[in-house]
Amino acid sequence: MIEIKNIHKIFNAGKANQVNAVNGISLDVTAGEFVVIVGANGSGKTTLLDMIAGSVLPNSGRIEIEGQNVTKLPDYRRSQWIARVFQNPMSGTASDLSILDNFRLAAIRTRPKGLTIGINETFKNQVKEKIATLGMGLENKIEQPMGTLSGGQRQALTLLMSVMDSCKVLLLDEPTAALDPRSAQLVMRTADELIKDYKLTAILITHNLKDAFNYGNRIILMGEGLIIKDLDAQRKAGLKQNDLFDWFG
Amino acid sequence: MDFYLGALLQGLCYSAIALGIYISMKIFNIPDITTDGSYTLGGVVTAILLTHHQPAYIILPAVIIAGAVAGALTGIIHTKLKINALLAGILVMTALYSVNLVLMGTSNLPLINVQSLFTLVHIAADANHNTFWILIFFVVILTLLIGYLLKTDFGIAMRATGNSESMIRSLGVNTDRMKIIGLALANALTAVSGYLISQLQGFTDISMGIGIVILGLGSVIIAETLINWLRITSVWLSLLLVLAGAIVFQMVLAITLDIGVDANLLKLVTAVFVLLIVSLPRITFKAK
Repeated sequence: MIEIKNIHKIFNAGKANQVNAVNGISLDVTAGEFVVIVGANGSGKTTLLDMIAGSVLPNSGRIEIEGQNVTKLPDYRRSQWIARVFQNPMSGTASDLSILDNFRLAAIRTRPKGLTIGINETFKNQVKEKIATLGMGLENKIEQPMGTLSGGQRQALTLLMSVMDSCKVLLLDEPTAALDPRSAQLVMRTADELIKDYKLTAILITHNLKDAFNYGNRIILMGEGLIIKDLDAQRKAGLKQNDLFDWFG
Repeated sequence: MDFYLGALLQGLCYSAIALGIYISMKIFNIPDITTDGSYTLGGVVTAILLTHHQPAYIILPAVIIAGAVAGALTGIIHTKLKINALLAGILVMTALYSVNLVLMGTSNLPLINVQSLFTLVHIAADANHNTFWILIFFVVILTLLIGYLLKTDFGIAMRATGNSESMIRSLGVNTDRMKIIGLALANALTAVSGYLISQLQGFTDISMGIGIVILGLGSVIIAETLINWLRITSVWLSLLLVLAGAIVFQMVLAITLDIGVDANLLKLVTAVFVLLIVSLPRITFKAK
């Protein structure tokens, strides 16, 4: 699904504050894989994810999605495959727009946004049904601005939004970092269910080693802009939670 | 009373600029100073075409295109050259001053003995009433168009662009292109105000746009204060309040002149009035 060949990213090249964020990473993610990436701050996890999403373009190397070379494609053109959940709940949703408007945009993620009114009763009911599956009671508040919701509610809705339109790859960049433990658990469980139900290829960045242990069928440890460990489903299953803590020892 | 009717007519002319500023400032979050230049540009294009006896159906589209090009330029400078939006607007506005002057060939072009929009159609016998109904018709059409646009999928994407850029990019929208279109639209509306005012006052002057942005800002701020105060989320109601803002603004200026304040102090009064509206909610908040 995603093929990455020897990508590099250097920020502020040649200046005093030069950062070698990613130093030659090659990675193949097959369809249906749920990859968890862990690593210390500054290990290049987010830069790698941004390069897959297209919001950061690599200095060198090649990225393919479904066999198509997307290396130079900007983020808004990779949305035909990719949906994202950001660390900051504000980044994944528009605060001043209603829940309904947010969902409308998500429902046409892979299509052009035309000059017709797309929100009608059928669409409203469709959104209500979707939101009801969360069991948060938000289905009756779809006209409310997104900004009136809590961070956990917004992250859960962002997840739902990602499957409103055809989605192949789901990128999760520390989606629970800003949430309290209960909301975090709910968001992770929702993510896991959606990934399984919709057979998504997913990449999750997390600092929560419990989540890294519980979720996904492949785990990668990054450090200094490189992949240090890469364990497939079988080896991940054989892993103990303490082993993960030892990686950071 | 005619004095206040005049203010009302002006307010209606300025409602296009208010809608334009509403789009650039409230929807795209871009403080767009191009306004001063594109407003005059609208007046200049109108004056030139009218004095060359061009038909009415050419003039309005020409004004809209001229304003849109000016706005798109600001948008391109801002997004492609990564220049601060405020500076991009100032650059285009400054350049437009010369462009306007060269286009007109003079600093003031009177529109005497030409067939203007307000003499073209006769609805009421009284000239002022006639103008009033034509303007009302104009404003209603504009508001319906903008309101519809904001309700469409494209419009939602526009609103999201000013709100959460990372989100709307990840949902497949080219935000640079969206901002260029938005600024083009905002300045096209601004130029339409120039088009209306020129014909209302019967001349186009090179300095008519100086400080005009404050008019739009003031109208939007009046509307915004009410929108926040009454917690309004409806697009239609918001647009209506923006229109009301433009008219209230002119009325306040009319009252100021009526009670005998020196006309030279008008810009000062304008600034103080806008400051008052912006700060009033904060002052009352502090008192609690």
